Amino acid sequence: MKILVCICPVPDTTTKIAFSDNNTKFNAQGVTFILNPYDEWYALVRALELKEAGTATAVHLVTVGKADAEPVIRKALALGGDEAVRIDADSSEPYFVAAQIAEYAKGQGYDLVLCGKESIDYNNGSIGAMLAELLDMNYLGFAAKIDVAGNVFTVTREIDGGEETDTCPLPLVISCQKGVSEARIPNMRGIMAARTRPLKVVPPAGIEPLTTIVSYEMPPAKSGVKMIAADNMDELVALLHSEAKVI
Amino acid sequence: MSVLVLVEHTNGVFKKKSLEAIQYGAHIAKETGTSVTAVAMGNCGNDAMQALGQYGATKVLHTTDARLDNFNSNAYTRVMLAAAQKEGAKVIVGLHDTTGRAVTPRLAARLKAGLVAGAVGYPDLSKGFVVKKNVFSGKAFAFVNITSDVKVITLMPNTFAPVKGEGTATVESLDVAFGAADFSVQLKAVEKATGSVPLSDAELVVSGGRGMKGPENWHILEDLAKELGAATACSRPVADSHWRPHFEHVGQTGGTIRPNLYIAIGISGAIQHLAGVNGSKTIVVINKDPEAPFFSAANYGVLGDAMEIVPRLTEAVKKFKANH
Ligand SMILES: Cc1cc2nc3c(=O)[nH]c(=O)nc-3n(C[C@H](O)[C@H](O)[C@H](O)COP(=O)(O)OP(=O)(O)OC[C@H]3O[C@@H](n4cnc5c(N)ncnc54)[C@H](O)[C@@H]3O)c2cc1C
Ligand SMILES: Nc1ncnc2c1ncn2[C@@H]1O[C@H](COP(=O)(O)O)[C@@H](O)[C@H]1O
Repeated sequence: MKILVCICPVPDTTTKIAFSDNNTKFNAQGVTFILNPYDEWYALVRALELKEAGTATAVHLVTVGKADAEPVIRKALALGGDEAVRIDADSSEPYFVAAQIAEYAKGQGYDLVLCGKESIDYNNGSIGAMLAELLDMNYLGFAAKIDVAGNVFTVTREIDGGEETDTCPLPLVISCQKGVSEARIPNMRGIMAARTRPLKVVPPAGIEPLTTIVSYEMPPAKSGVKMIAADNMDELVALLHSEAKVI
Repeated sequence: MSVLVLVEHTNGVFKKKSLEAIQYGAHIAKETGTSVTAVAMGNCGNDAMQALGQYGATKVLHTTDARLDNFNSNAYTRVMLAAAQKEGAKVIVGLHDTTGRAVTPRLAARLKAGLVAGAVGYPDLSKGFVVKKNVFSGKAFAFVNITSDVKVITLMPNTFAPVKGEGTATVESLDVAFGAADFSVQLKAVEKATGSVPLSDAELVVSGGRGMKGPENWHILEDLAKELGAATACSRPVADSHWRPHFEHVGQTGGTIRPNLYIAIGISGAIQHLAGVNGSKTIVVINKDPEAPFFSAANYGVLGDAMEIVPRLTEAVKKFKANH
């Protein structure tokens, strides 16, 4: 079984978000980039576990991004993975990214594609489902547990207001979230080994983006907290009713 | 030409967020001079489907097949594609929930249609087709222009409250020829959350953090939630410690929610937690530490021990309800 893991760099979770050029561009100055937590902690680690268990023969990583994505890809390789590919293009919008990955993956014999539930920067949560369609594979979203017996996967996943367990044959795309595995820390051996593992760069396919970001906006600032005495919950309830109008 | 809306129901009762999606679609239909067709699947009654007209649907396409009673992304995608083709749909609306996020990106990929996932505003047609969406896990918004001919949107639940009007939708059945591969995903077991309201579309949410001390105290919080009719949520360490199921975890690496009211109990308000909840319209923070960062993101704050305050609040809500 050959696994492809989709990974992307995102701003560190503590980043204070700022924009430049009249709010038309994300200001990356001083921002530390990390591997998208869903991709690292869940998709990648589960793929590595499947390889360690002898279920998978190869784990390949793919990212759509410019050269500045490479440090993050190297970090992913330090966790494991046999090789990585960077498709040299701006990761501008979901269809474009999914189509680039699909063009690259087609005909390479991947049985299983793992991606994160969503990227914590653009929060689309769409690449996995798009890939399933473009690669003509089955799709299971929001997995919290992934087991495999032979060719059949058993996946527990989040649904509206709960969770369900499904079985599904390969080929399959799964988007991963918490529960799928436990985060790992790269060790020295992994970091050294990552240096010799190939990081291929391939040119993008000719694909037209279907959306463009026109501008950004920050949420309105809160006007300040109103403190209520701990022994006056009647007042809080009254305010929630008459002022905030939420109950 | 039409605006197509994927609607969801529980045992034949359409979900409130689906009514929101229809109303959202109706707004777009009005601005673009077309009408809304809802697509319903599985076992739901004619009356309920016709009543979708009260929120702006002109027509409902209905596909019945016992296998559609449970969500299945392959099969649902197949039905939506058939409906899109039949209606010549130019705009397709789903919800930004686990169902909509599994189906709409597939439609977008198949139809080569631009997708905006997590819309929180109506499209601005004066500048193209520009839709406001959440980015950076609630820390900011982006305005995204869809440039393709067909447009696909997932709407954040609880963005526009549905307003009931007049109208009846006509119901037509939509026959879809399924292949074996459409049902290769097979359901084995379902576990629903204990609360009656799914967190993702709850209007009121009561949430607990490490300040709750342990799972044995959660009944205090659940009593309040029950009295309010609210869903329950938690911070990440709470889910990590298995005090609560992980689907209750909100924040940057959990769910993003935007209820009308978020009550945070014993949660410090770390930036990663705020990212998932700062879209809430009103935030109440109960914390014993006056320096807790959550207070600066709150509308109302109560300083003190949650174990004492929360039961008092529950009583106050009870009293309020008796008088209203
Ligand atoms: C990459 C990354 C991603 C993360 N993602 C998330 C995420 O998605 N969601 C998330 O929640 N966190 C996330 N975190 C963790 C986050 O940084 C915080 O550690 C976490 O939110 C803290 O949870 P807490 O507020 O419950 O606990 P604590 O920080 O321990 O706070 C407990 C609070 O309870 C108060 N308290 C204690 N006793 C009482 C009492 N008796 N009455 C009233 N108040 C009391 C204390 O004053 C304190 O403010 C993430 C961290 C990282 C690094
Ligand atoms: N630029 C990218 N390159 C490779 N994979 C990506 C990229 N962007 C997103 N993904 C994958 O798709 C998942 C969902 O991302 P998104 O749909 O952007 O929220 C992520 O968790 C990644 O696994």
